[in-house]
Amino acid sequence: MSPITWVEIGALADVPRRGARCIITAFGKIAVFRTATDEVFAIDDKCPHKGGPLSQGIVHGAQVTCPLHNWVFSLETGEAQGADKGAVRTYPMRSDGGRLFIDASILSAAPAA
Amino acid sequence: MTEKLVIIGAGMASGRMLEHLFETSHNYEVTLFGSEPRGNYNRIMLSAVLAGEKAYEDIVTHDADWYAANGVDTRFGHAVTRIDRTARTVFANGVETPYDKLVIATGSAPFILPIAGHDLPGVRAFRDLDDVNAMLSAADCPGSRAVVIGGGLLGLEAAAALRGRGMHVVVLHLAGHLMDRQLDPAAGYLLERELGRRGIKIHCRAQTKAILGTDRVEAVLLEDGTIYEADLVVMAAGIRPETRLATDAGIEVQRGVVVDSAMRTSNPNILALGECVEHEGAVYGLVAPLYDMAKVAAKTLVGEAAAFVAPKTATHLKVTGVNLYSAGDFAEGEGREEIVLRNAASGIYKRVVLAGNKVIGTVLYGETGDGAWFFDLIKRGTDISQMRDTLIYGQSYGGGAVADPLAAVAALPADAEICGCNGVCKGKITDAISAQGLTSLDDVRAHTKASASCGSCTGLVEKLLMATLGDAYNPAAIQPMCNCTELGHDEVRRLIIAQELKSIPAVMQELGWKTSCGCAKCRPALNYYLVANWPGEYEDDGQSRFINERVHANIQKDGTYSVVPRMFGGITNVKELRAIADVAEKFDVPTIKVTGGQRIDLLGVKKEDLPAVWADLNAAGMVSGAAYAKGLRTVKTCVGSDWCRFGTQDSTGLGIRIEKFMWGSWTPAKLKLAVSGCPRNCAEATCKDIGVICVESGYEIHFGGAAGLDIRGTEVLCHAKTENEAIEIIAALTQLYREQGRYLERIYKWMKRVGIPSIKAAVVEDLARRQQLFERFVYSQQFAQVDPWEERVNGKDAHEFAAMAELSMLQAAE
Repeated sequence: MSPITWVEIGALADVPRRGARCIITAFGKIAVFRTATDEVFAIDDKCPHKGGPLSQGIVHGAQVTCPLHNWVFSLETGEAQGADKGAVRTYPMRSDGGRLFIDASILSAAPAA
Repeated sequence: MTEKLVIIGAGMASGRMLEHLFETSHNYEVTLFGSEPRGNYNRIMLSAVLAGEKAYEDIVTHDADWYAANGVDTRFGHAVTRIDRTARTVFANGVETPYDKLVIATGSAPFILPIAGHDLPGVRAFRDLDDVNAMLSAADCPGSRAVVIGGGLLGLEAAAALRGRGMHVVVLHLAGHLMDRQLDPAAGYLLERELGRRGIKIHCRAQTKAILGTDRVEAVLLEDGTIYEADLVVMAAGIRPETRLATDAGIEVQRGVVVDSAMRTSNPNILALGECVEHEGAVYGLVAPLYDMAKVAAKTLVGEAAAFVAPKTATHLKVTGVNLYSAGDFAEGEGREEIVLRNAASGIYKRVVLAGNKVIGTVLYGETGDGAWFFDLIKRGTDISQMRDTLIYGQSYGGGAVADPLAAVAALPADAEICGCNGVCKGKITDAISAQGLTSLDDVRAHTKASASCGSCTGLVEKLLMATLGDAYNPAAIQPMCNCTELGHDEVRRLIIAQELKSIPAVMQELGWKTSCGCAKCRPALNYYLVANWPGEYEDDGQSRFINERVHANIQKDGTYSVVPRMFGGITNVKELRAIADVAEKFDVPTIKVTGGQRIDLLGVKKEDLPAVWADLNAAGMVSGAAYAKGLRTVKTCVGSDWCRFGTQDSTGLGIRIEKFMWGSWTPAKLKLAVSGCPRNCAEATCKDIGVICVESGYEIHFGGAAGLDIRGTEVLCHAKTENEAIEIIAALTQLYREQGRYLERIYKWMKRVGIPSIKAAVVEDLARRQQLFERFVYSQQFAQVDPWEERVNGKDAHEFAAMAELSMLQAAE
């Protein structure tokens, strides 16, 4: 296991509370979420159901509701909630001194690894 | 010619009488005097207010709007001091008011024991809201003590509520057991034990000798020498009919104001009803007979024959957690038999008193589900000889089956009374459920009044909903807004106004939301309610809006957006069309579509291009068409008298005026309008949320159409003579829908839920109310008519439209 290399992606303040912003990688968009209590999470910006952009959903607690068909995902585990089955990939994130960092390995390896 | 009707007393009996009166007649000019500085409220529920289970606002039955809508001249806080029968006038505050017909509804006065100290500060009756407020402020002091004199219905409700508020409470009762007029000693004992368990001290056979204190109440002294310290003394030792005015006026009074079966006093121009009257030697203190009197008095006033028949009454103690029911005559006596069932462990006591083969009385404690059934047997005088052995086990007993409350309710005959307060029978409720498509308790309350007074039949009404609708009734799914709360949309909305809650966190905190941050169901609803209720004060919470309303475009299946600029009334011009074409070309818009609402949709716009697209459309004078909004969408028109040989009015011009006036407004669900220039209806106005059909004589206003999941033609609201009148009516209707509609409830569903008559009453018949609704709409529009596109072109919410970081380049560099 190599140690995590953190890449800075912007400021905490760039992401609205109970909202999300996207970062663009060679492997697709990653949605960066900020909760009402300033926790941050990163997941794939693509609902496993019909590909909806999760970054556009309503954020409640540590969950997001997909804007297309209302699937709800845990931002912590990436698992679909309730009766729906499925999951999105989650990515390690760090908030430090108002700056946000993401695990750099996402930039060089395919997510399926 | 209208006659002058003066009513003395603004309580529950006269309130109900006015409701009945206005159902049939508005021929009276009504003046209503009330000694309290407020209108009619549900006095039975004062104990719930005292207990903190309801707020005063929740128990108001007639508000200022209602009195205004019915043209009632209200004189609240004006006590009538004299009636002059000869001159036919009443005097209040030195003002003389003439009458043609007078109704005395002065109710009752609490009986204050004439003992030393009864007038000390701190001694209160339990009669009106002022008493409740005084008791509440006494309960505010930690460790304070209350003595309640009287262990009847009222006294015990007060005692339980005050104990619940943390006071030390002693109940003094003259008889040998509590509620001796409604309960037998065994049930009285069980009740005493239960209240004792809650920390209420019960002292039966208590003769109060004096109330002690110098400047205010300090203690209560009994004949046997016992002294109870007290900061508050509640006199609940009974009531007596308030007859002083009638006596002074020389009207016949015995225990109460004597009335005949038509509610007429000894003076034919003067009626009386409620707790102040005596009919065939009896006086009444429960609400059901008072409501019967109200019905009769209303008929007498319009000259219809009607007769009050002394009803049998049942009693239900409203102390949360105590189930107690009694009805009929349950005294022991010759020729009477009783059947008793006790279960000491679970604290159940049931007693049915028989005379011959008929039930004449019942007392139920702990398990009261069969109360209504026993009461029904009493009222009908049913011969019970066939079921004598199993009678005590209740209605659903048979072959050892487990008692099924639903089966019991289903088995009730159609004319079995469910709501005693309002005299509503089972058949009336089930018919209303089926015929009017009612699906919730609130619906049933609104349409039948069942469960709308004391609420003790709520469980029965819910079971009727279940029995009638089967699986279609799911109270859990219908009632709460979402899983974050137990409250329904209407309750949340009422509380937002009553408690002046002006932010989503305030709503969630004050109304006890079960989640910290709500969910995708409740947050958009709350945001709408706050936007609609507090225009200019509430700051819209974009993060609680669905993505379409947050970025002012419609999300498509591939995550791109569609953009629809407004074309007022479906009219466009060369400049707009050229700008749209230029935008489509410049941003590679893959699909350009003409919509059903007479405008043009640009589909497949990338999110990051939205501000630039809008900037170009703005530059050509176009604003957002709100094609994504739970708000005003389009006003579709035909060419009307401008071009069409059949057109009767300028339908295009009116459509444009309406759209220019109403764009930007938020509504519970989308709102689509249309104006057709003649009854051929080329704009398809009769399947819209609101439609106008122009005719030679003006404008026919329609509403409540649907052409989506459901298809239905509109209902005619009214006829307007001028464009201005039509616009005022449409705006008032929209405002009423904004104020009453549940989030995501289309106008036709709202119409079905609240009923067309209530909408017509507010928007068509009551011109003052229409004006107020119109003004609230206009006020709200000054904050709503801001083009969201222009705001975002100028930088608002820029984070929405750009990625936070582009890391694919970084990777290439590494």
